[in-house]
Amino acid sequence: MEAFLDLFREYDIPGAFWVNIQLTFWGAVISLLLGVILVMMRICPVSSLRGFATAYVEFFKNMPLTIIMVFMVLGMFGQLKLSFSDDFDINFFWLAVTGLALYTASFVCESLRSGINTVPMGQAEACRALGLSFWQSASQVILPQAFRGSVAPMGNTLIALIKNSTVAAAASVTTETSSVMSDMIEFHASQILQIFFIFALGYVILIIPIGLLTTYLSNRLAVRR
Amino acid sequence: MNESTSVLFDQPGPRGRRRIRMFNAVASLLLVALAVFVILRLHNPPDGENQLSWELWKPALDREAWTDFYLPGLWMTVKAAVVAVVGSIVFGIVFGIGRLVPNMLVRAVSAVIVEFFRAVPELLLMVFFWRWFAFAGLSSPSYWAVVGGLVLYNGSVIAELVRSGVGNLPHGQREAALALGLSPMQSLMTVEVPQALIAMLPATITQLVVVLKDTALGSIIMYTDLLQESRRLGAMYFNILQTLVVAGIIYFVLDWLLSRLAERMPALMKGRTYGNTVTEPTAPIAIMDATNANQIADAQEGERPYGGADRQFPDHYHGSNATTDHWQHAHYSHGHDRNHPVSHPQHPFPKLPIDRRETGKGSDGSPDDSAGAV
Repeated sequence: MEAFLDLFREYDIPGAFWVNIQLTFWGAVISLLLGVILVMMRICPVSSLRGFATAYVEFFKNMPLTIIMVFMVLGMFGQLKLSFSDDFDINFFWLAVTGLALYTASFVCESLRSGINTVPMGQAEACRALGLSFWQSASQVILPQAFRGSVAPMGNTLIALIKNSTVAAAASVTTETSSVMSDMIEFHASQILQIFFIFALGYVILIIPIGLLTTYLSNRLAVRR
Repeated sequence: MNESTSVLFDQPGPRGRRRIRMFNAVASLLLVALAVFVILRLHNPPDGENQLSWELWKPALDREAWTDFYLPGLWMTVKAAVVAVVGSIVFGIVFGIGRLVPNMLVRAVSAVIVEFFRAVPELLLMVFFWRWFAFAGLSSPSYWAVVGGLVLYNGSVIAELVRSGVGNLPHGQREAALALGLSPMQSLMTVEVPQALIAMLPATITQLVVVLKDTALGSIIMYTDLLQESRRLGAMYFNILQTLVVAGIIYFVLDWLLSRLAERMPALMKGRTYGNTVTEPTAPIAIMDATNANQIADAQEGERPYGGADRQFPDHYHGSNATTDHWQHAHYSHGHDRNHPVSHPQHPFPKLPIDRRETGKGSDGSPDDSAGAV
């Protein structure tokens, strides 16, 4: 027991989770913005924007997050000299956030589009029959229903983002959970199981309430037809 | 894939066409400007060297690069992915059925295992296995760590796909099986799970894309996969950007081909199951399987499998949507029968042997609510 408590004294475990929560928060905010813009581009009548958004989503959906993270640090920063700050820690943190946000934006876009798919064709046809324009039918009829239908995939995307924030290890963010856990196991090999369960339970505690809320809200908000 | 998005705008008239052309021109200009900006940055990064020069690209593309780095790396990636796919399908089917069987202990144990491994990040699992296998003196610990992490996470996701596949079957399937005198277990194994497996095939292939992508996590635990090999090559010639681009293209092509396959599957599978073949853009990781697949299936006017009656999808998931015990409490969104006892949750249900739970919550609201607010 004493050895177990020593682990907490020696390493800043809540601090490690805090780094992941910050990564998730900024990743979520930026990817939500990007995702909404992308989905608007994807459903609009302008073909060049539609093509760009489709290409973006296909690209990031089929690209491993790890390679994006490595690219952010070794390619973007290392060779293209793109940096957010002179402080290495802050710089790597924001490079990781950028990588996470670019990657997650494609899933946000797909989630919203799957929400749009929950709206029956009849709704759009009725809009056209009433003479509504593209923007009117999208903003007044389709999107309000689509947002309610996209709660479930958005919740899953948020959970995936929390879990993916550990991949920031590939972008040299050394204070986040997976790197801290790796360090701890290296120096306390005898307590490997305890260390793993501390971190695993941390994620279970973070993720299960979000899952419950997602299910509750998506049941609650679904448009019954 | 585009039919649902394109209904938003009609065939535009002459004025609409002019406006669209104008927007198109402006947008194309902006996109070209973005491309030019990126190329300029590549050509002349501040106090860096020209990233487009052939000196940097040549070592990333020549024969040695392929034979000594990319192809061996790709082989390691594929080796881990294939074993992980087989493992996770077995894991998924075993624990997916484990969550549906009548025995409560088996259900509870499977539930804890699946929910735990769905919630823990794969990278943590891999790091844990890696350190553990290394201490245990296993040969090639990072390979088995990658496979182990992939199997446990993706297996749990597939287990949930099996379970929600069964839960999304119209409950008439189970009712009919029981009426024919099959036991609940027989109904599960011979009627429900086979249809669920066919229905979940598209989503499983989407999950294969995830497996292939996540093998790249192995490079963090020193597994010499494609990503790790391209980093090594890049470190030799100081052209990591270029080698990562090549590796990225290889990953993209493989994943993209699998994604195309996954996209074509639902149409192929539709006529062969009463289940729901719609795939989600994201893996089901939230506890209790929040999903909008049923709403999408409802919104699309699909074909009827086997030329039978209209499909009815439950429009409400009762917590973990898919224990088969809940079949009496399903709400159907269309084809709703007001006179059926299911529409009246206060109605005392005849006690059936499989309905082990006491009426419990019984309903989620008034009879009007369960009527699907027509």
